[in-house]
Amino acid sequence: MDELIFFINRVLISGTVLGSIYALGAIGVTLIFGILRFAHFAHGDMMTMGAFIAFVLATAMAAMGIILPLPMAFVVMPVAMVLTAFIALGIDKGFYAPLRARGAKPVTLLIASIGVTLMIQGLIRLIFGSGTQSIFVAGESKDIFRLDMSWAGGSRPINITEPQLIMFVVTALIVVALHFFLTRSRLGKAMRAMADNADLAQVSGINTALVVRVTWVIAGSLACVAGTMLALDVALMPDLAFNIVLPIFAAAIVGGLGHAYGAIVGGFLIAFAETLAVFNWTAVLRPLNAILPEGMALPANLALVPTEYKLTVAFVILVITLLVRPTGIFKGASS
Amino acid sequence: MSAASTPPATGWASPLRRGMLLFAAMFVIVVAVGIIQGTASILLILTQATAFALIALGLNIQWGYGGLFNFAIMGFLMVGGASTVFLSYPVNMAFWQSEGPMMLGRALAAFLVGVALVVLARRVDRIGITGKWRTAIIALAWFAGYVIYRTQIDPAAAYIESTAGFVGGLGLHPVLGWLFGGLVSAVIAFYIGKISLGLRTDYLAIATIGISEILRALIKNMDWLTRGTMTVSPMPWPTPLPQQLQATGMSIPDSFMYARLMFLGIAVLFLVVAFILVQRAYGGPWGRMMRAIRDNHISAGSMGKDVTGRQLELFIFGSILMGIGGAILATFTQIFDPSGYQPINHTFMIWVMVIVGGAGNNWGVVLGAFLIYIVWVISDPLAQLIFLNLSQLTSAIGWGAIPEIDSRALQMRVFVLGVVITIALRYAPKGLIPEVVRRG
Repeated sequence: MDELIFFINRVLISGTVLGSIYALGAIGVTLIFGILRFAHFAHGDMMTMGAFIAFVLATAMAAMGIILPLPMAFVVMPVAMVLTAFIALGIDKGFYAPLRARGAKPVTLLIASIGVTLMIQGLIRLIFGSGTQSIFVAGESKDIFRLDMSWAGGSRPINITEPQLIMFVVTALIVVALHFFLTRSRLGKAMRAMADNADLAQVSGINTALVVRVTWVIAGSLACVAGTMLALDVALMPDLAFNIVLPIFAAAIVGGLGHAYGAIVGGFLIAFAETLAVFNWTAVLRPLNAILPEGMALPANLALVPTEYKLTVAFVILVITLLVRPTGIFKGASS
Repeated sequence: MSAASTPPATGWASPLRRGMLLFAAMFVIVVAVGIIQGTASILLILTQATAFALIALGLNIQWGYGGLFNFAIMGFLMVGGASTVFLSYPVNMAFWQSEGPMMLGRALAAFLVGVALVVLARRVDRIGITGKWRTAIIALAWFAGYVIYRTQIDPAAAYIESTAGFVGGLGLHPVLGWLFGGLVSAVIAFYIGKISLGLRTDYLAIATIGISEILRALIKNMDWLTRGTMTVSPMPWPTPLPQQLQATGMSIPDSFMYARLMFLGIAVLFLVVAFILVQRAYGGPWGRMMRAIRDNHISAGSMGKDVTGRQLELFIFGSILMGIGGAILATFTQIFDPSGYQPINHTFMIWVMVIVGGAGNNWGVVLGAFLIYIVWVISDPLAQLIFLNLSQLTSAIGWGAIPEIDSRALQMRVFVLGVVITIALRYAPKGLIPEVVRRG
């Protein structure tokens, strides 16, 4: 039983946490690619920016002496989402729209988004320094729930933290909301039409400028959610999401660029592949030692990949996907 | 707007006049920085800028000539650095007299067994196994090969790390190490190119960034070969070190100046040779063919050009220059530190150099490399100066001084780089010295 609990703690929970973050980030990347046809490299830094906006708002609330049972950064998240969405719109207007108007190639837009990445990162480090901050500003502690498993014969509990629990709920809500938006609302249908065939969508009278704006609003606010959640789960630092922007791209590509559902699938796929690859299988298979003959005992570490190479797993999956099925699991768009 | 549509261009529109003016301006900047920061300091900046110019020329071959989207520059710089460590770092007797070489030999054998397994598995269609079964067998062979290799390399790595530290070098001349860096980069580029050149723009960029990160993870964690995060230093110089000059009785400032001057001489020699070769290749039939492929690979393909093969050529040639440049950088700083490599400093900055300078124009790329590197270096002290003055102002009006000025000023570099790239893309998308397109 303990082995199973260990597996749940180490693989199921952390895989779901990572998967939620990858999926939320990858939805934004994939929507931008579907509508605007370029790889928006600055998406990771939009996540970090969202987290820092939540941090500033939470600090301001805490300074006013407001203490709530939930983490403050989570409470202020809706406001932070709106702000991040506005900034995303501003970035588009300032940096990408002029290039699009000139008819620049997707490659130029990708390089421009690297420029935006550098500017956001420079600004964040300029204002907040390059150290690590705690987003629990009011001195709240990170609550850990321990599910007692003694009724099932386990000696250790299943551990889950409050931010992780919130994250599961929020991700599920967002995915459902996005599903209804894309399938039921006029705008959502217009977005899907434009992702499918931009020229045809324009000819059939879809307001493409509006669709572009909505895309940035959705991508920006989701980036803010993902960044804040990641900061609540780990810690807040300027390269918070820059480090995971490549797995996010991997998730979006594996799912098929342009497909929102593909991004969710890809996100969880990459996250579980990473977690399973570095998971030490000996911890689960140890009972086998009793059955195995002498001298065949399991080694102390049976992880498929050493922990240092965890992120490499995502890149390997990415490269293999690009080679075997360049447009992803669900057939994605191309630039 | 473009120089191509009005052939008899004059004034600012003439590429030659424009180039000469810009180079003159850069010369003035170099002299000014030299006067403010001292001769030894500007020599340091110039030497590193020369290495970056070499790397930028490499990217220009790939992107400017061929339109290839290589974002794996950091990987090649690391490969160049690691190769030159292997060749030119002094011999580590503790390793050669231990069990280490034997164990590494076994690991190599295991690796070859794995390769043989995969090769055999790929050919099972000859005995009638095709389709999904063949794919499954190939996947299984990969997995088996990986497990076999891991069973040998893990103990070998642990043994070497605990007894000898790391493999050490061969103690050869550093210039040989640079050339070796270029060679290893070429081999790796061949495989990367084989894997990824079938992909298009954005996908190719993301794939190469991923590969570069894989290379970084490998080099950083293969402690037995590269000493990983413990870093290798001091790396030997091809020319006398300042300390050696001091031993002959030279004063300390002079010794730094002369030592760096000699190093700079060798680096510039490499740059000039590479430049002449690259420039000649551009003007010749080979360059014309490459541009034809870049501008319209479909029609070039239909004219009988081997598009993927030629692009692989470009990718390898460019990577050789990147490997050599990376080796020069590591040698010059005397330290090989895998954690010191960052995509921002070692991939994006070089892209900025090429784009700001003018993709496709070698003169422009060299200008861009020197200009951006100098901007990168001086934006830190400049930001510090601004912050110090601002800090005095804010404390004077009672807001208190700005904290952590040093680290904040350092971050301004990244911001400035971002501003430069976005401004350049918007107002001078073809670069400071655009490619000269001759028609007719």
